[in-house]
Amino acid sequence: MLERGYLWRKWFNRLMLGLSSVAAGAGILLLALILGYTLAHGIAYLNLDLLTHVAKPAGEFGGGIRNEIIGSLILVAMASILALPVGLMAGIFLSDFASPRVAAAVRFAADVLAGVPSIVVGVFAYAIVVRPMHSYSAISAGVALAIIMIPIVARTTEESLHLVPNSMREAALALGITRWRAMMGVVVPGALTGIATGVMLAVARVAGETAPLIFTALGNNFGFQSLLKPISALPLLIYTHALSPYQDQQQQAWAAAFLLILLVLGISLLVRWISRRRNR
Amino acid sequence: MKVAVPEKIPAGRAAGYTTRRHRRFGDPIFSNLTLVFALVVVGLLIGMVIVLNIDAFPAIRKFGLNFISSVSWNAVTEEFGALPAIFGTLASSAIALVIAIPISLGAAIFLTEIAPSWIRGPASFLIEMLAAIPSVIIGLWGLFVMVPFVRSPIESWLGTHLGFLPLFQGPPFGVGFLAAGMILSIMVIPIITAMSRDVIRAVPDSQREAMLALGATRWEMIRRVTLPYCRSGLIGAVILGLGRALGETMAVTMVIGNSYAISASLFSPGATIASKIASEFSEATSGVYIGSLVELALVLFAVTLLVNVIARLLVWRMTSVKEAKE
Repeated sequence: MLERGYLWRKWFNRLMLGLSSVAAGAGILLLALILGYTLAHGIAYLNLDLLTHVAKPAGEFGGGIRNEIIGSLILVAMASILALPVGLMAGIFLSDFASPRVAAAVRFAADVLAGVPSIVVGVFAYAIVVRPMHSYSAISAGVALAIIMIPIVARTTEESLHLVPNSMREAALALGITRWRAMMGVVVPGALTGIATGVMLAVARVAGETAPLIFTALGNNFGFQSLLKPISALPLLIYTHALSPYQDQQQQAWAAAFLLILLVLGISLLVRWISRRRNR
Repeated sequence: MKVAVPEKIPAGRAAGYTTRRHRRFGDPIFSNLTLVFALVVVGLLIGMVIVLNIDAFPAIRKFGLNFISSVSWNAVTEEFGALPAIFGTLASSAIALVIAIPISLGAAIFLTEIAPSWIRGPASFLIEMLAAIPSVIIGLWGLFVMVPFVRSPIESWLGTHLGFLPLFQGPPFGVGFLAAGMILSIMVIPIITAMSRDVIRAVPDSQREAMLALGATRWEMIRRVTLPYCRSGLIGAVILGLGRALGETMAVTMVIGNSYAISASLFSPGATIASKIASEFSEATSGVYIGSLVELALVLFAVTLLVNVIARLLVWRMTSVKEAKE
């Protein structure tokens, strides 16, 4: 290439750099297309009735997605309750208590777990919760979502704790308090914004998860009954109603997608805002 | 940049708090508690392998290795084979990579080498935002916006002009391998872009400067020095994207058409391992039927595990070299 003429090289350089810029533009354009379309369609079908009413039988006009909103909130709350203790403690272990070799093994397990396809997690949750209890249930879905959350929370907690200067640990210990008090009283609070952003990202991730819910939460048309009964959720509604022949239900799917995207992107923006403030 | 972490504070017991009893007990309890929760993470992974194997056992016993090579899927006669699903998974992921690699690499090059610094942050953020959109919403968009567009003009144009190739034969349904590959490419572009941006950024500036000092143009520098220098990291980034594509479920299930067949045509509907499980698991009744679906999950688990481990090793080697040098 270097033997070619100067002009040719100059223009080829411009061409390739231009193509790279176009590629970056294409990525951003895709985001704009998907976001724009979903937001525009979603907001058109969104109204107060939709948010406050429950579903009507298929084919009958009207009805709302209140049950699905409540279901999603319950599932995310349950997954957080199950996953946060495990994820946070595992993160603390990884950063401050593990020997390097053990830490590498646990870290590897967490990374592998994070890479397991969510549908496989769903199959696992079906096997360990749904089958023994002989029923699809909200709990089984909570377990599936928790398994997805745990590695994310553990790794982000570990990384945030690493960023706390060791001098803070030493200062606390020099005052004569025990290690666990130093950890919970000084180090963890120092890393709190980082840990919180990790938790929020994990919540954003599982709020939109659908695949593990199909055969754990299953969905129902009667609203929330009990944690041991099937439960409906926004992502499930989007999936089933998108494939529905009724236009009314398709519109509800768009409205649900709007709510979900608002939640997920809201969290992403918040996380970015928080971490930028922290870095300043 | 990472804060240099000096040696860890010695473990509680070794530090020798012996003056008060509660100090002696508090620290071991806490550190063992964290160990227990860390073991939960490991236990979940091991438990997953064991449980999936147990549940798949009826199918493993009945079909043996034929499961991988058989094309039948008949719930009445209970004959199940994985080949069409494996084919569909590989085909849709391959299409996704063919589309995603040039775009992601280009975007990563733009973000590291070309863009002025005030664009880099926001542009990176926007592309990563694409990864945050739930896959069911991408599927919804794909079904109502992309699929009609794929049917016409894309498939009808390809059919008329390149219809002599087996790849582009058959009626343009819209849903099918092409649509699945395109939707998957949307989902892996942010992953490959972010990872390759990180490995390209890890190339030392001295390498770039040396090439520019020799009189190379910016593109020649990228092509001859930057990319070769971080080649293994870039391959890792692509494989990481592949891992995501293989296991992606919802968006693919919604646009691939769910027909259990192998076809040379990109236009024909198909199924992937994940879409097969998603669409049939809650209907499966007999032990062998469920076992076959779980065995599919097991195959998917094994493949994504392998792919992810390879990718992690490649990317980790690349980025840790730079950190070590600094």
